[in-house]
Amino acid sequence: MLKVLKSGFFTSVQDLGRFHHRKKGVPVSGCMDQQSVYKVNTLLENDDRSAVLEITMTGPTLEFEKETSIVLGGALISVTLNNKPIQNYKVYQVKAGDILSYGSFKKGFRAYLAIKGGFRSKEILGSRSFYVPITDKNRLEAGDEVPYEEHQGFTPKISELKVDSLLDETVLEVYKAPEFELLTDRQLENLFSREFTVSKENNRMAYQLSETLEGHQHSILTSATLPGTVQFTPAGKLIILMKDGQTTGGYPRILQLSDKSISVLAQKREGNTISFKFI
Amino acid sequence: MIHPPISLKPYGRHALLIEWPNEVSETILESILDFEDFLVRDCLKEREWETISAYNSLLLVHPKIEIDFPKFSQSVKEWYERSKGSVAREKVLWKLPVSYDKAFGIDLDEVADRLGMGIDEIITLHTESVYTVYGIGFVPGFMYLGGVPQELEIPRKATPRLKVKKGAVGIAGKQTGIYPQESPGGWNIIGNCPIPLFDRNKKNPCFVNVGDKIQFQKVSLGEYELHKIEAEVGIYKPEKMLLDA
Repeated sequence: MLKVLKSGFFTSVQDLGRFHHRKKGVPVSGCMDQQSVYKVNTLLENDDRSAVLEITMTGPTLEFEKETSIVLGGALISVTLNNKPIQNYKVYQVKAGDILSYGSFKKGFRAYLAIKGGFRSKEILGSRSFYVPITDKNRLEAGDEVPYEEHQGFTPKISELKVDSLLDETVLEVYKAPEFELLTDRQLENLFSREFTVSKENNRMAYQLSETLEGHQHSILTSATLPGTVQFTPAGKLIILMKDGQTTGGYPRILQLSDKSISVLAQKREGNTISFKFI
Repeated sequence: MIHPPISLKPYGRHALLIEWPNEVSETILESILDFEDFLVRDCLKEREWETISAYNSLLLVHPKIEIDFPKFSQSVKEWYERSKGSVAREKVLWKLPVSYDKAFGIDLDEVADRLGMGIDEIITLHTESVYTVYGIGFVPGFMYLGGVPQELEIPRKATPRLKVKKGAVGIAGKQTGIYPQESPGGWNIIGNCPIPLFDRNKKNPCFVNVGDKIQFQKVSLGEYELHKIEAEVGIYKPEKMLLDA
């Protein structure tokens, strides 16, 4: 077990996501920044579906009860293992009783903790990703325990990865979504020429942007949506659906983020700016 | 067999959207579901494909491949042509128990007042109608139902409630439905359904499919409680009728 001594702002178990239940209204869920998670799991030679901890804004304090290996990734954050600073994208051995303690975030918004073999919280409908009401909890609280299997003497093929960080990127690469053609020339020009600010309404379901475009009166019959879909409300607001976003919606869908850009956005917080660019 | 025109739209790298004419109609819905069946059975063989149908659209999504839109849309058009006269689907009507007791139907008095009819009349109208499931979304197990009788059309509440009970049955505009979980909501609440529309412990967590029919059945408080217990221990069996195609 991994014991949660302090919870941090929002820490949850996530994996690749919950597929094949979207037609019944179940969001995909899973890691917001899949690009970083792929790297941490690969360093541990884990299956890409292995579950990790997603740590948002402020980090937890955790105690290991069994020997294993871990890798941190995603946001840049000061972390100590038994009071000694450790780094992202590097394999560390941990022993029973070791304490992992998160300090302040320096850059980015979501950090990941991967463990050899993945976390083993209950798999429901094909995924361990936290999402209420599929799972009982949205996030971990102090006193919770997350199961994992003991791994002794893991010798990684590569023990450290130099990565091109997504954290400094601010351009979201997009494709056309079904209602793209509804945009007027003026709306288009604004959409692609200016910067947008992440509003305080940002979470695992959706990121709203502060600046608006000229409003519209188009309405569509409720239709399927995807993580990374940019919805355009009649008031001119842009809402970017994320991993816990609802599976259907009634707002025009104007753009679709690339997988990489979903990861880029997942590392942004209130006040950060982004812009859109066609691939 | 009616084969309405379709249009295909790109939707990012992993998905393609197929749209039928922009109307809420059973003919359109049937055409979508027939094609969806055909695609899943004969064309989209890889396990990763998911299909999501609602009202006048069908989304095809495969998170692991990059779709070449011109090439793939050509295939989809050919498949649509070939799907004419495909096998008849099973048509299902679910009879869902609802208690219209005032303990659950917290807006019944207000609805009766605003519509200028008696509570019994409202319940009769609501239970006589057969509704069509045009989509499932918003939250797990939430059904978008069509077929509300005109006499029951009433605007949403001016101020939405922050918490609507799980199982609450509501009406608003041309829509009626069940809140599958506790959530905020602006519909007028007239009853409660004790059978869970979404059960994470079942292999198929939501027994209803898009295209199914729903009819509500008025039950006494006693029957409501019984169904509630059945639901809690996981032995409930929603009443299912097969309709002629």
